[in-house]
Amino acid sequence: MRGNPSVSGILPIALEEAVKILRILTHTTKEYVALMELHKLVSDDKLYEVINMFKGEIYQRPPLRSSVKRSLRIRRVHKIEVIDKRDRWVLMRIETDPGTYIRKIIHDIGLLLGVGAHMRELRRIKSGIFTEDLNIVTLHMLSEAMYIYKNENKEELLRKYIMPIEVGVAHLPKVIIDTNAVDPIARGAQLAVPGISVIDKNIARGDILAILSPKAELVAIARAELSTEEIIARDKGIAATTLRVIMRPGIYPRWVKREGI
Amino acid sequence: MFRDTFDFIRYLDEISGRRTEYIVREEIRPSEVPHGTYPWMRPLEQHIKLGLINLDKPPGPTSHEVAAWVKRILGVSKAGHAGTLDL
Repeated sequence: MRGNPSVSGILPIALEEAVKILRILTHTTKEYVALMELHKLVSDDKLYEVINMFKGEIYQRPPLRSSVKRSLRIRRVHKIEVIDKRDRWVLMRIETDPGTYIRKIIHDIGLLLGVGAHMRELRRIKSGIFTEDLNIVTLHMLSEAMYIYKNENKEELLRKYIMPIEVGVAHLPKVIIDTNAVDPIARGAQLAVPGISVIDKNIARGDILAILSPKAELVAIARAELSTEEIIARDKGIAATTLRVIMRPGIYPRWVKREGI
Repeated sequence: MFRDTFDFIRYLDEISGRRTEYIVREEIRPSEVPHGTYPWMRPLEQHIKLGLINLDKPPGPTSHEVAAWVKRILGVSKAGHAGTLDL
Protein backbone atom coordinates (compact mmCIF):
# COMPACT_ATOMS: atom_id res chain seq x y z
CA MET A 1 0.00 0.00 0.00
CA ARG A 2 2.08 2.95 -1.33
CA GLY A 3 3.89 3.91 1.87
CA ASN A 4 0.66 3.96 3.82
CA PRO A 5 0.67 3.95 7.60
CA SER A 6 0.24 0.68 9.37
CA VAL A 7 -3.37 -0.13 10.04
CA SER A 8 -4.37 -3.01 12.28
CA GLY A 9 -7.03 -4.25 14.65
CA ILE A 10 -10.56 -5.58 14.70
CA LEU A 11 -11.65 -6.95 11.34
CA PRO A 12 -14.69 -9.24 11.73
CA ILE A 13 -14.66 -12.10 9.22
CA ALA A 14 -17.73 -14.10 8.19
CA LEU A 15 -17.39 -17.63 6.80
CA GLU A 16 -19.51 -19.27 4.10
CA GLU A 17 -23.21 -18.93 4.99
CA ALA A 18 -22.43 -16.31 7.61
CA VAL A 19 -21.48 -13.79 4.88
CA LYS A 20 -25.24 -13.14 4.66
CA ILE A 21 -25.02 -10.97 7.77
CA LEU A 22 -21.97 -8.94 6.66
CA ARG A 23 -24.14 -5.84 6.11
CA ILE A 24 -25.42 -6.06 9.68
CA LEU A 25 -21.85 -6.42 10.97
CA THR A 26 -20.60 -3.48 8.90
CA HIS A 27 -23.22 -0.93 9.97
CA THR A 28 -22.04 -0.60 13.56
CA THR A 29 -20.14 1.96 15.62
CA LYS A 30 -16.35 1.83 15.34
CA GLU A 31 -13.66 2.82 17.78
CA TYR A 32 -10.03 3.57 16.93
CA VAL A 33 -6.73 4.54 18.44
CA ALA A 34 -4.86 6.77 15.98
CA LEU A 35 -1.41 8.31 15.94
CA MET A 36 -1.33 11.74 14.29
CA GLU A 37 1.88 13.40 13.18
CA LEU A 38 1.72 17.19 12.99
CA HIS A 39 4.03 18.76 10.44
CA LYS A 40 4.95 21.59 12.82
CA LEU A 41 4.64 22.15 16.56
CA VAL A 42 1.40 23.75 17.81
CA SER A 43 0.30 24.85 21.26
CA ASP A 44 -1.81 22.49 23.35
CA ASP A 45 -4.62 25.04 23.55
CA LYS A 46 -4.87 25.38 19.80
CA LEU A 47 -4.64 21.61 19.31
CA TYR A 48 -7.46 20.83 21.75
CA GLU A 49 -9.59 23.62 20.36
CA VAL A 50 -9.36 22.23 16.82
CA ILE A 51 -9.80 18.58 17.88
CA ASN A 52 -12.97 19.52 19.76
CA MET A 53 -14.40 20.96 16.55
CA PHE A 54 -14.59 17.42 15.20
CA LYS A 55 -16.97 16.24 17.89
CA GLY A 56 -20.50 15.70 16.61
CA GLU A 57 -21.56 15.84 12.97
CA ILE A 58 -18.93 16.28 10.29
CA TYR A 59 -19.02 16.33 6.49
CA GLN A 60 -16.79 13.93 4.59
CA ARG A 61 -16.22 13.05 0.98
CA PRO A 62 -15.00 9.45 0.52
CA PRO A 63 -11.35 9.26 -0.58
CA LEU A 64 -10.35 8.80 -4.24
CA ARG A 65 -9.46 5.16 -3.81
CA SER A 66 -12.70 4.19 -2.09
CA SER A 67 -15.26 1.95 -3.72
CA VAL A 68 -18.33 3.98 -2.70
CA LYS A 69 -19.85 6.97 -4.48
CA ARG A 70 -17.80 10.06 -3.72
CA SER A 71 -20.60 12.36 -2.62
CA LEU A 72 -20.45 14.53 0.49
CA ARG A 73 -21.97 12.76 3.45
CA ILE A 74 -22.60 13.41 7.11
CA ARG A 75 -20.96 11.25 9.74
CA ARG A 76 -21.07 11.47 13.51
CA VAL A 77 -17.96 11.51 15.68
CA HIS A 78 -19.21 10.25 19.02
CA LYS A 79 -15.95 10.74 20.83
CA ILE A 80 -12.53 12.18 20.04
CA GLU A 81 -9.96 12.64 22.78
CA VAL A 82 -6.22 12.95 23.20
CA ILE A 83 -4.65 10.06 25.10
CA ASP A 84 -1.07 11.29 24.92
CA LYS A 85 0.99 13.96 23.18
CA ARG A 86 4.71 14.37 22.66
CA ASP A 87 6.24 17.02 20.38
CA ARG A 88 4.55 16.60 17.01
CA TRP A 89 2.93 13.24 17.81
CA VAL A 90 -0.61 13.01 19.14
CA LEU A 91 -2.25 9.76 20.21
CA MET A 92 -6.06 9.89 20.02
CA ARG A 93 -9.05 7.70 20.73
CA ILE A 94 -11.93 8.20 18.29
CA GLU A 95 -15.41 6.66 18.22
CA THR A 96 -17.43 7.15 15.03
CA ASP A 97 -20.34 6.13 12.85
CA PRO A 98 -19.59 3.41 10.28
CA GLY A 99 -17.98 4.75 7.11
CA THR A 100 -16.04 7.59 8.74
CA TYR A 101 -12.51 8.10 7.44
CA ILE A 102 -10.03 8.66 10.25
CA ARG A 103 -7.22 9.50 7.83
CA LYS A 104 -9.41 12.33 6.51
CA ILE A 105 -10.25 13.65 10.00
CA ILE A 106 -6.54 13.83 10.79
CA HIS A 107 -5.77 15.52 7.48
CA ASP A 108 -8.51 18.10 8.18
CA ILE A 109 -7.24 18.71 11.73
CA GLY A 110 -3.88 19.52 10.14
CA LEU A 111 -5.52 21.96 7.71
CA LEU A 112 -7.45 23.77 10.46
CA LEU A 113 -4.31 24.02 12.59
CA GLY A 114 -2.56 25.52 9.59
CA VAL A 115 0.47 23.24 9.96
CA GLY A 116 -0.63 20.08 8.16
CA ALA A 117 -0.86 16.59 9.65
CA HIS A 118 -1.09 12.98 8.60
CA MET A 119 -1.99 9.63 10.12
CA ARG A 120 1.03 7.58 11.16
CA GLU A 121 -0.71 4.57 12.65
CA LEU A 122 -4.24 3.36 13.18
CA ARG A 123 -5.69 0.53 15.22
CA ARG A 124 -9.39 -0.37 15.32
CA ILE A 125 -10.25 -1.45 18.85
CA LYS A 126 -14.00 -1.93 18.39
CA SER A 127 -16.44 -2.75 15.60
CA GLY A 128 -19.98 -3.10 16.98
CA ILE A 129 -19.89 -5.83 19.60
CA PHE A 130 -16.46 -7.01 18.44
CA THR A 131 -13.90 -5.75 20.94
CA GLU A 132 -10.40 -6.80 21.94
CA ASP A 133 -11.99 -8.83 24.75
CA LEU A 134 -14.25 -11.02 22.61
CA ASN A 135 -12.21 -14.02 21.41
CA ILE A 136 -9.90 -11.88 19.27
CA VAL A 137 -7.48 -13.99 17.19
CA THR A 138 -4.51 -13.39 14.96
CA LEU A 139 -3.97 -15.20 11.64
CA HIS A 140 -1.19 -17.08 13.40
CA MET A 141 -3.48 -18.34 16.18
CA LEU A 142 -6.04 -19.39 13.61
CA SER A 143 -3.56 -21.36 11.59
CA GLU A 144 -2.24 -23.01 14.77
CA ALA A 145 -5.77 -24.03 15.82
CA MET A 146 -6.31 -25.55 12.37
CA TYR A 147 -3.01 -27.43 12.64
CA ILE A 148 -3.95 -28.88 16.03
CA TYR A 149 -7.32 -29.96 14.69
CA LYS A 150 -5.85 -31.61 11.60
CA ASN A 151 -2.94 -33.33 13.33
CA GLU A 152 -4.27 -34.08 16.79
CA ASN A 153 -7.98 -34.07 16.04
CA LYS A 154 -8.65 -31.61 18.85
CA GLU A 155 -11.30 -29.05 17.92
CA GLU A 156 -11.51 -27.03 21.17
CA LEU A 157 -9.29 -24.18 19.95
CA LEU A 158 -11.04 -23.86 16.58
CA ARG A 159 -14.40 -23.84 18.37
CA LYS A 160 -13.18 -21.10 20.66
CA TYR A 161 -11.82 -18.91 17.86
CA ILE A 162 -14.80 -19.35 15.56
CA MET A 163 -18.00 -17.95 17.02
CA PRO A 164 -21.56 -18.88 15.97
CA ILE A 165 -23.33 -16.51 13.56
CA GLU A 166 -25.80 -15.60 16.33
CA VAL A 167 -23.05 -13.54 18.00
CA GLY A 168 -23.21 -11.20 14.99
CA VAL A 169 -26.84 -10.29 15.70
CA ALA A 170 -26.40 -10.06 19.48
CA HIS A 171 -27.06 -6.30 19.39
CA LEU A 172 -30.44 -6.65 17.62
CA PRO A 173 -33.82 -7.07 19.35
CA LYS A 174 -34.82 -10.73 19.21
CA VAL A 175 -37.93 -12.82 18.79
CA ILE A 176 -38.18 -16.58 19.23
CA ILE A 177 -40.68 -18.18 16.91
CA ASP A 178 -42.75 -21.32 17.10
CA THR A 179 -41.36 -24.59 15.67
CA ASN A 180 -43.97 -24.57 12.91
CA ALA A 181 -43.10 -21.02 11.86
CA VAL A 182 -39.39 -21.75 11.29
CA ASP A 183 -39.59 -23.41 7.88
CA PRO A 184 -41.92 -20.82 6.30
CA ILE A 185 -39.59 -18.02 7.47
CA ALA A 186 -36.62 -19.99 6.10
CA ARG A 187 -38.50 -19.88 2.77
CA GLY A 188 -38.88 -16.12 2.98
CA ALA A 189 -42.42 -15.80 4.38
CA GLN A 190 -43.48 -12.87 6.53
CA LEU A 191 -43.71 -13.43 10.26
CA ALA A 192 -47.29 -13.49 11.52
CA VAL A 193 -48.27 -12.65 15.09
CA PRO A 194 -49.32 -16.24 16.07
CA GLY A 195 -45.86 -17.51 15.08
CA ILE A 196 -44.17 -15.52 17.86
CA SER A 197 -43.43 -17.36 21.13
CA VAL A 198 -41.05 -14.97 22.89
CA ILE A 199 -40.52 -11.30 22.16
CA ASP A 200 -38.18 -8.52 23.26
CA LYS A 201 -40.12 -6.01 25.33
CA ASN A 202 -38.82 -2.94 23.49
CA ILE A 203 -39.45 -3.44 19.78
CA ALA A 204 -40.68 -0.42 17.80
CA ARG A 205 -42.12 -0.42 14.28
CA GLY A 206 -39.31 -0.41 11.71
CA ASP A 207 -36.70 -2.01 14.02
CA ILE A 208 -34.38 -4.58 12.50
CA LEU A 209 -34.89 -7.90 14.31
CA ALA A 210 -33.15 -11.23 14.70
CA ILE A 211 -35.62 -14.09 14.31
CA LEU A 212 -34.51 -17.12 16.31
CA SER A 213 -35.74 -20.71 16.40
CA PRO A 214 -36.77 -22.35 19.71
CA LYS A 215 -33.16 -23.57 19.87
CA ALA A 216 -31.82 -20.01 19.47
CA GLU A 217 -30.64 -20.58 15.89
CA LEU A 218 -30.69 -17.49 13.66
CA VAL A 219 -33.46 -18.06 11.10
CA ALA A 220 -33.65 -14.64 9.45
CA ILE A 221 -33.21 -10.89 9.75
CA ALA A 222 -36.52 -9.02 9.59
CA ARG A 223 -38.08 -5.58 9.89
CA ALA A 224 -40.75 -5.10 12.55
CA GLU A 225 -44.12 -3.98 11.12
CA LEU A 226 -45.63 -3.78 14.61
CA SER A 227 -44.32 -2.80 18.03
CA THR A 228 -44.10 -5.23 20.94
CA GLU A 229 -47.19 -3.65 22.49
CA GLU A 230 -49.18 -4.04 19.28
CA ILE A 231 -48.05 -7.65 18.84
CA ILE A 232 -49.03 -8.56 22.39
CA ALA A 233 -52.46 -6.98 21.93
CA ARG A 234 -53.24 -8.86 18.71
CA ASP A 235 -53.78 -12.48 17.74
CA LYS A 236 -53.26 -12.14 14.00
CA GLY A 237 -51.61 -9.96 11.37
CA ILE A 238 -48.10 -9.48 10.00
CA ALA A 239 -45.61 -8.74 12.75
CA ALA A 240 -42.42 -8.54 10.66
CA THR A 241 -41.20 -8.65 7.07
CA THR A 242 -38.31 -11.01 6.36
CA LEU A 243 -35.34 -9.16 4.86
CA ARG A 244 -32.61 -11.79 4.77
CA VAL A 245 -33.01 -15.53 5.29
CA ILE A 246 -30.07 -17.24 7.00
CA MET A 247 -31.32 -20.77 7.75
CA ARG A 248 -31.60 -23.25 4.92
CA PRO A 249 -35.17 -24.49 4.33
CA GLY A 250 -35.99 -28.11 5.17
CA ILE A 251 -34.36 -28.23 8.61
CA TYR A 252 -37.65 -27.74 10.45
CA PRO A 253 -40.93 -29.43 9.44
CA ARG A 254 -42.84 -28.01 6.53
CA TRP A 255 -45.90 -26.02 7.49
CA VAL A 256 -49.07 -28.05 7.15
CA LYS A 257 -52.43 -26.42 6.84
CA ARG A 258 -54.46 -27.39 9.85
CA GLU A 259 -58.00 -28.64 9.43
CA GLY A 260 -60.71 -26.05 9.58
CA ILE A 261 -58.39 -23.13 8.83
CA MET B 1 -21.47 -24.76 27.60
CA PHE B 2 -24.93 -23.14 27.69
CA ARG B 3 -27.87 -24.60 29.60
CA ASP B 4 -30.66 -23.69 27.21
CA THR B 5 -32.04 -21.16 24.72
CA PHE B 6 -32.50 -18.42 27.33
CA ASP B 7 -29.06 -18.94 28.79
CA PHE B 8 -27.58 -18.38 25.29
CA ILE B 9 -29.77 -15.33 24.62
CA ARG B 10 -28.70 -13.85 27.96
CA TYR B 11 -25.10 -14.32 26.81
CA LEU B 12 -25.82 -12.52 23.50
CA ASP B 13 -27.48 -9.63 25.32
CA GLU B 14 -24.60 -9.45 27.75
CA ILE B 15 -21.79 -9.25 25.16
CA SER B 16 -23.70 -6.57 23.25
CA GLY B 17 -24.67 -4.59 26.33
CA ARG B 18 -28.40 -4.92 25.57
CA ARG B 19 -30.52 -4.43 28.65
CA THR B 20 -33.94 -5.79 27.90
CA GLU B 21 -36.62 -8.14 29.03
CA TYR B 22 -38.67 -10.72 27.19
CA ILE B 23 -42.35 -11.45 27.09
CA VAL B 24 -43.32 -15.09 26.71
CA ARG B 25 -46.48 -15.44 24.62
CA GLU B 26 -46.18 -19.17 24.42
CA GLU B 27 -43.86 -21.59 26.21
CA ILE B 28 -41.02 -22.84 24.02
CA ARG B 29 -40.12 -26.47 24.54
CA PRO B 30 -36.90 -26.90 22.56
CA SER B 31 -36.08 -30.22 24.25
CA GLU B 32 -39.24 -31.67 22.70
CA VAL B 33 -38.25 -30.46 19.22
CA PRO B 34 -36.31 -33.10 17.26
CA HIS B 35 -35.34 -30.55 14.57
CA GLY B 36 -32.48 -28.09 14.48
CA THR B 37 -29.37 -27.80 16.63
CA TYR B 38 -28.45 -25.39 19.42
CA PRO B 39 -25.73 -23.02 18.11
CA TRP B 40 -23.22 -24.34 20.69
CA MET B 41 -23.92 -27.97 19.74
CA ARG B 42 -23.32 -27.74 15.99
CA PRO B 43 -20.95 -30.34 14.54
CA LEU B 44 -17.64 -28.61 13.74
CA GLU B 45 -18.18 -28.56 9.98
CA GLN B 46 -21.55 -26.87 10.39
CA HIS B 47 -20.16 -24.57 13.08
CA ILE B 48 -17.49 -23.31 10.66
CA LYS B 49 -19.99 -22.76 7.85
CA LEU B 50 -22.01 -20.50 10.17
CA GLY B 51 -18.94 -18.99 11.77
CA LEU B 52 -17.65 -15.53 12.61
CA ILE B 53 -14.10 -14.62 13.54
CA ASN B 54 -13.01 -11.58 15.51
CA LEU B 55 -9.77 -11.18 13.61
CA ASP B 56 -6.87 -9.00 14.72
CA LYS B 57 -5.69 -7.75 11.34
CA PRO B 58 -1.93 -7.32 11.19
CA PRO B 59 -0.47 -4.12 9.71
CA GLY B 60 0.65 -4.55 6.11
CA PRO B 61 -1.75 -6.65 4.06
CA THR B 62 -5.11 -5.25 2.92
CA SER B 63 -8.38 -6.34 4.54
CA HIS B 64 -9.18 -8.24 1.36
CA GLU B 65 -5.89 -10.14 1.45
CA VAL B 66 -6.42 -11.02 5.10
CA ALA B 67 -9.90 -12.43 4.35
CA ALA B 68 -8.39 -14.51 1.55
CA TRP B 69 -5.78 -15.92 3.95
CA VAL B 70 -8.48 -16.89 6.46
CA LYS B 71 -10.31 -18.64 3.67
CA ARG B 72 -7.19 -20.62 2.76
CA ILE B 73 -6.17 -21.43 6.35
CA LEU B 74 -9.61 -22.86 7.16
CA GLY B 75 -10.25 -24.39 3.75
CA VAL B 76 -13.67 -22.75 3.43
CA SER B 77 -15.38 -21.72 0.19
CA LYS B 78 -16.13 -18.14 1.28
CA ALA B 79 -14.80 -15.61 3.75
CA GLY B 80 -15.79 -11.94 3.77
CA HIS B 81 -14.75 -9.05 6.00
CA ALA B 82 -17.01 -6.47 7.61
CA GLY B 83 -15.81 -2.94 6.98
CA THR B 84 -12.43 -2.40 5.37
CA LEU B 85 -9.50 -1.14 7.43
CA ASP B 86 -7.66 0.20 4.40
CA LEU B 87 -8.90 3.75 3.93
